[in-house]
Amino acid sequence: MKQPISLIVNGERYDTLCQPNLTLLEVLRENLQLTGTKHGCELGECGACAVLLDGEPVLSCLVLAMECAGQQITTVEGLARGAELHPLQAAFADHGAAQCGYCTPGILLTAKALLERNPCPSRSEVREALSGNLCRCTGYLQILDAVDAAAQVLREEQR
Amino acid sequence: MKNRPLHIIGKARRRVDARAKVTGETRYADDLNFPRMLHCRLLRSPLPHAKIVSIDARRALALPGVHLVLTGADMPTTFGILPVSQDEHALCLDKVRFVGDPVAAVVAQTELLAEEALALIDVEYEPLQTISAPEEALSHPEPRIHDYGDSGNVHKAVALSFGSVEQGFAEADHVFEDTFHYAGNTHLPLETHAAVAALDPDGKLTLWSSTQTPHYVHRAVAKVLGQKPSRVRVISTPQGGGFGGKTDPFGHEIVICKAAMMLGRPVKICLSREEVFYCHRGRHPVLMKLRCGVKQDGTLTALHLQTLLDGGAYGSYGVASTFYTGALATVTYHLPNYQFEGCRVFTNKPPCGPKRGHGTVQPRFGQEVQLDKIADKLALDPAELRLRIVAQPGSLTANYLRVQSIGLADCIRSVVRRSDFSNKHRKLPYGKGVGIACSSYLSGAGMPIYYNDMPHSGVQLKLDRSGLVTAFCGVAEVGQGCDDVLCACVAEVLGVEVADVKVVTGDSDLSPVDLGSYSSRVTMMMGNAAIAAAERAREIVATAVADKLGVAADQLVFAQGRVFDAAAPEKGLSFREAVVLAEAAAGTIGTTGSYKPEKPAALFKGGGVGPSPAYSYTAAVVEVSVDPETGWLGIDKVFIAHDIGRALNPTLARGQVEGSVYMGLGEALMEEQAFRRLPPKLSSALVHRTPSILEYKSLTSLEMPEVDIELLEDPDPNGPFGGKEVGQGPLLPIMPAIANAIFDAVGVRIDEVPITPEKILKALAQKAAGKPGRIGPKDFPSVSYPAPLFVPTPWQGGDGRATNEVARPKDKRAKNV
Repeated sequence: MKQPISLIVNGERYDTLCQPNLTLLEVLRENLQLTGTKHGCELGECGACAVLLDGEPVLSCLVLAMECAGQQITTVEGLARGAELHPLQAAFADHGAAQCGYCTPGILLTAKALLERNPCPSRSEVREALSGNLCRCTGYLQILDAVDAAAQVLREEQR
Repeated sequence: MKNRPLHIIGKARRRVDARAKVTGETRYADDLNFPRMLHCRLLRSPLPHAKIVSIDARRALALPGVHLVLTGADMPTTFGILPVSQDEHALCLDKVRFVGDPVAAVVAQTELLAEEALALIDVEYEPLQTISAPEEALSHPEPRIHDYGDSGNVHKAVALSFGSVEQGFAEADHVFEDTFHYAGNTHLPLETHAAVAALDPDGKLTLWSSTQTPHYVHRAVAKVLGQKPSRVRVISTPQGGGFGGKTDPFGHEIVICKAAMMLGRPVKICLSREEVFYCHRGRHPVLMKLRCGVKQDGTLTALHLQTLLDGGAYGSYGVASTFYTGALATVTYHLPNYQFEGCRVFTNKPPCGPKRGHGTVQPRFGQEVQLDKIADKLALDPAELRLRIVAQPGSLTANYLRVQSIGLADCIRSVVRRSDFSNKHRKLPYGKGVGIACSSYLSGAGMPIYYNDMPHSGVQLKLDRSGLVTAFCGVAEVGQGCDDVLCACVAEVLGVEVADVKVVTGDSDLSPVDLGSYSSRVTMMMGNAAIAAAERAREIVATAVADKLGVAADQLVFAQGRVFDAAAPEKGLSFREAVVLAEAAAGTIGTTGSYKPEKPAALFKGGGVGPSPAYSYTAAVVEVSVDPETGWLGIDKVFIAHDIGRALNPTLARGQVEGSVYMGLGEALMEEQAFRRLPPKLSSALVHRTPSILEYKSLTSLEMPEVDIELLEDPDPNGPFGGKEVGQGPLLPIMPAIANAIFDAVGVRIDEVPITPEKILKALAQKAAGKPGRIGPKDFPSVSYPAPLFVPTPWQGGDGRATNEVARPKDKRAKNV
């Protein structure tokens, strides 16, 4: 039986109906048509579906949508500042950190959470933070460079 | 166009589709949704080899919300990527050949409902004996997995002899004989295969699919469904990685087309991760034997290479894969005499096909590890040995591959210098080691997959008074950046910014044919077609501007959005004004460009595999740490140099090199498409050992070492702006360089991949017990290769033909079109 649910995604409230056993991933992609969040395994193994729940990265394929009511959900669609790219997005574009782009939304959000917690991470801290997000294209190095470059921009913004 | 200064090509740039990728706006196939869309799931065989006795779908059809159940009988026409291996059905017709072979399809209102209905389809099977390994396939010609092929369960066996290996061995001071095994592994693209089929408002069938080869899918769909190709539209959506795994036409694509045509509603399918492991088409497991003759100074006198490929259950690209295991042994080092024998067998496992480096990766591992053994025996530095024997640029190889530029020697010098190889090799403390290896790869296959005389790539341009240039091309964006290359080539020739070029790609209704994103062909072929189309457009515009300004057309410069007099740069117009003049003078502006590689020099049967307009070269040095207590292998650093001709966009080129290194490390250390038998009470089926991302191990950001890259740019005469491939070649030297580094570190040889700590420990234990410190295949089975075709080498006065080949009927080729 479908039940009503209210989700706050990227600061906006969405009211929808869904089966209680649907994951956040499914509701984002299928009910809300927010297809920027990707899926690679739907078993919590690849990190492609990572979103932020109250600022913390979670795998949306392992979270029931019902559990997220009232929490702040951030997806890749909520990252840009209006028409302007978020510094992480700009750095990913400039450094070749998105090849096929399929792991990119999950990695961007995971990196955002990292930089909010630790504005000046070492390369090994970035590696650690992103170790649950698989990328098959880049070999990760351009992603590490991009996170580093974005961290610098964000630190300058804070000054 | 020679000697024009370059403004866009060669500059590191944000790719044209970067914004969509970082905002999540790129629409992959599973992101497409249509009103009234239905969902499809496939019932797959639980048995590795069985006859289908009956299929009863009545219970499934009775489930409310189920709209359709399809079985093999609904689509009895065969298909397959190669004209010689049309051995697949969209759904199995009379037998299943591997666990995972699709048997029936359910189309229902929701994906979950379709999944539920699968359990209600009753299939009766009559199990057949399972052929689980190549040795079994050779010793069990019956039961045959397919009723075609060279014999029994041998799909293809080939033999080619160039010059005389016997004479070469007689001239050698040493003859080395080694066997190697390369385990199979899979692509693991992060996006699982997905597709949507629908009838457009005019009733025309449209398929959106995550395919690297929309043109070949177009042909397969039209063939199986009996449609005129002009009544089928195939659109390749941007893919979340492919690596060769999305280059075959797949049954699921045809199934949803059939369903959409029958139901008049859009139908979507998205494979699960487990299904992708079973679709496979990945790296063939290859057992190989190399006999190599060398002189005391390292000069090679002969190579005799034998390969045995485990093909899995279907043909796929297998005939090409078989030839590829022998095709490129000659392009790195001068080989005066060469014999190759290859054999691919069918087994009851997911079909193997092309993965990054297609068929050349496995023998390259053997060749480069054997060279390391040769250097050791001859007491030569392995880098120095390679430098002595590098093949000559601008030459024909023993097997008639026409090689233009060869930057291999410079690549070797680059990695040796940057890694300080000479001061480290054999000089590091026990447990630390360095290894070197080299490779080469095609910049596009010289022959199309079906014989024809048409272009391999076509580009169409539209220019109009807005100043926008639109470029149309059938290429498929796997993630490699073909849209960016297309924009950059056009923008460079016309002197506009990349943002002033719009691309329309991968749509069979709108864009001219390009054969697809495989064999590292896109930059070479689409790039040249784009340049040709842009040069024609430039000529039209230049003629009009020359008239207006009173300047000779060849005096005009197209740069920075302007067209101006080279002698007086202030005398000129904006590009937009120039197009307005041209449109007024010449009418609506549209141009085309096309590209077809030069005909191969090889005229013997099988000579169509290996030729390419250009070959890239790579050298790598890998530094490792081996813990002799645990066998643990750490990759400390990778130095790599790639001869790319010219890097059109260095940001993307670097990404391809690092991505190749990453994938090579995975193959070397952990990735394996392995199978196991279920116990008899569970059907004895041959199932994938680890059909999940968690268990099929790949490198994470924690394991990826730093990579020190140098791109060597010596423009190739055939490449667009001199460019050669970069997407596949840099993967090849990684695995052998690691094996060679392990020998340097702890003195044991691991002659197979993946190289695990267990294998290293075992080799160390053997060595400590006074036995050979080596892990690898002990022998090579007896394979009935055919009598070889004898082809005299160019230096024997050969003309590229075999002396003992019966003339081939030419019209047989034409039929395949």
